[in-house]
Amino acid sequence: MARKTVGVLSLQGGVEEHIAMAQECGWNSVRVKVAGDLKGLNALILPGGESTTMNLLSRQRGLLNALKSAIKKGMPVFGTCAGAILLAKKVGKRKGLIGEMDLAVERNAHGRQAESFETDLEIKGVGKFHCIFIRAPVIREVGKNVEVLAGFGGKPALVRQGRMLAAAFHPELGEDRRLHKFFLGKVAQGF
Amino acid sequence: MVKVEKGTFAVKTGLAKMLKGGVIMDVVTAEHARIAEKAGACAVMALERVPADIRKEGGVARMADPKKIKEIMKAVSIPVMAKARIGHFVEAQVLEALGVDFIDESEVLTPADPKYHIDKWKFKVPFVCGCTNLGEALRRVKEGAAMIRTKGEAGTGNVIEAVRHMRMVNEEIAALQKMNATQLKGKAIEYRVPLDLLLKTRKLKRLPVVNFAAGGIATPADAALMMQLGCDGVFVGSGIFKSANPAKRARAIVEATTHFNDAKVIAKFSEGLGDAMKGKDIAELKERLQDRGW
Repeated sequence: MARKTVGVLSLQGGVEEHIAMAQECGWNSVRVKVAGDLKGLNALILPGGESTTMNLLSRQRGLLNALKSAIKKGMPVFGTCAGAILLAKKVGKRKGLIGEMDLAVERNAHGRQAESFETDLEIKGVGKFHCIFIRAPVIREVGKNVEVLAGFGGKPALVRQGRMLAAAFHPELGEDRRLHKFFLGKVAQGF
Repeated sequence: MVKVEKGTFAVKTGLAKMLKGGVIMDVVTAEHARIAEKAGACAVMALERVPADIRKEGGVARMADPKKIKEIMKAVSIPVMAKARIGHFVEAQVLEALGVDFIDESEVLTPADPKYHIDKWKFKVPFVCGCTNLGEALRRVKEGAAMIRTKGEAGTGNVIEAVRHMRMVNEEIAALQKMNATQLKGKAIEYRVPLDLLLKTRKLKRLPVVNFAAGGIATPADAALMMQLGCDGVFVGSGIFKSANPAKRARAIVEATTHFNDAKVIAKFSEGLGDAMKGKDIAELKERLQDRGW
């Protein structure tokens, strides 16, 4: 069987870490910078970085619409930190950029870098996992069709809705590939 | 109770990694900061004067007024960095107390210590430090820097020194690949860094922390040049707010940094930007800022 390919949105942010981790999971991983790069992908990862920067860069040459339409049509997607913000329906009082996940998030809700932290969380289906939160968003509310897979401080930290997965933390920082394996495994099985 | 750790090296380098592929812009007012954020900057550097003005006006350059830094922090949602003088650990303590997201221990300000850089392990806030070569970069990492930037020559709008330093780091890392165990030990002594750190760099074939380019980047093509040479992102100092149309130029540099391999995109965004900062030949300079720090 041909190796499956995951695309990592490569406008800005922690791209290399996801590329490397997906490869270590036995997948091809490629960078997505323009709409044409979405062709032939089996899954998509939206990395961490600055959501304001990605927001602006995605509005060039039809990339944003191509992303939205691919995800709407069922392309499996995993958003981490800024990537989760892009997926959320509501960001603060505004509409999220892609807006396909029934989440209300707040950017930098823990505070500035001084409040960034690492901790161990229990993830449903994965087990105990070391999580790094960098100027992280908080997922304030989730819709009925959203499953909470891990929480921190009484708020969801990892959520799933159909073929979409969103983490407030950075599973790509560090050596533990289990969460990537979990996502890519679900993609391989067809969820 | 869940154990939560803050200010660890993983948390410091984690923020640096999230800045990759981005442009960090020097700003001196809240208004500048808003323009930078709107143009797609991944962070801003709050300072009293941009390097070109520090050069022109002379005198001792110090940490910015906390009032100004607070105004800038309030104005934008992206990370805010600020500069402390080399070795001035109290300026760094003040910046940490203000809650800035990153401290730049910078040669652009007048050094405060003739011998020592700041012991960055003592801080919870991450630091970025300048380098002109591999040894200098690794000494800063040894002292706890979570991010490196090649120094270039700030305030000149002239990219040649940024290129020189980036190439130097690349060549010195490439040279490590060919060395035997004895030579590597000798190199670690020459660089005044632990052998482990040198071996790690050799294995990674790159600096062990995020490395941005800085000092002289003034155009979208300059930014893309540095990206093609292998840096992780760019700092633009005087290049934006000393140009004719800062908002448009800032936006263009952001696009060129992302699409650094796509000359058509760089061409499109380079069009009609108005005058770039005037710039200086390195030979005209009275003092080279890159020589500060060791």
